[in-house]
Amino acid sequence: MSGTGRNSLFLLVIYLGGLIFGVGLAISGMAKPEVVLDFLQFEDFGLLFVMGGAAIVTGITFAVATRYLDRAPLTGDTYKRRLKSFDRNVVIGGSIFGVGWGLSGICPGAAYASVGIGNYPILWAIAGMFIGAYAQGYWRTLRSTTAETATETPSD
Amino acid sequence: MNAFVSLLALGDPFPRGVLPYLVGGLLVGLGASVIYLSTGIIAGASTFLESTLSYVSSVERFNRFKYVNSRGWRFVFTAGIVSGATVYMLVSGSGVWTTDVQWWRLLVGGVLVGVGTRLGKGCTSGHGVCGVGSLSNTSLVNVATFLVFAIGTAQLVQALGVAP
Repeated sequence: MSGTGRNSLFLLVIYLGGLIFGVGLAISGMAKPEVVLDFLQFEDFGLLFVMGGAAIVTGITFAVATRYLDRAPLTGDTYKRRLKSFDRNVVIGGSIFGVGWGLSGICPGAAYASVGIGNYPILWAIAGMFIGAYAQGYWRTLRSTTAETATETPSD
Repeated sequence: MNAFVSLLALGDPFPRGVLPYLVGGLLVGLGASVIYLSTGIIAGASTFLESTLSYVSSVERFNRFKYVNSRGWRFVFTAGIVSGATVYMLVSGSGVWTTDVQWWRLLVGGVLVGVGTRLGKGCTSGHGVCGVGSLSNTSLVNVATFLVFAIGTAQLVQALGVAP
């Protein structure tokens, strides 16, 4: 992605997309930890329709765009699917995230939406997310620096 | 198991109905699609945590090109999510809502979410919505993992008598 396409139209579209995303999270109830916990405790299975409905829409969009469309109008970038490489961190990270989600009932996007409905106690969770993101970044930087000094391999 | 039995006794797997969940989910997908079709960007919510840390931290990982280069629009994306939820609150007349979940659950859970989503390369939106929408095996494995651990944790905490 080029860094030059950051004009006001680009940011407006990002904002509008975020706005629709946020309306959706608020309607779906995911902005409320109680609703998520009811799902995880098998008391209300409605959340399946949130993730399922959203994934079907993005699935169709990705399939159509990668097959039939050329380049994104605002950046000139080609359309790609979201394919991340698999390693054990995917499973370790998913496990840690799962324990955190099950304890708090909130995930990052839903936490931002929760602020929007005036749920100020959710700032505890957002503060925690920043602390957690900082801790893993600090630790991984430290570890890669140590490894680099030892083997003298260049960082990516 | 208790929860499952009580669910069968209640007989209603969707006590709040299905429609708000479905409509909400479709809109989440639509928001991601608007951004994707216009810019080619596959939006995820948790990268915002690291890209925003690059404003205030000199730790090398947060100052990688991909974070510094995207931190501006990721901030705008998050501002959009916050204001979208506010728009819904105002239009629906639902009023301000606050959670009863205890602060320590939010804080400790939040820390684990922060570590886990960044280590695991994504969260509910990145892996759960966009990764699953891409039929990515990595994302499917990640989602299955976090669902199993989240269900186990929530049911354990409930069984220990913590509510809410």
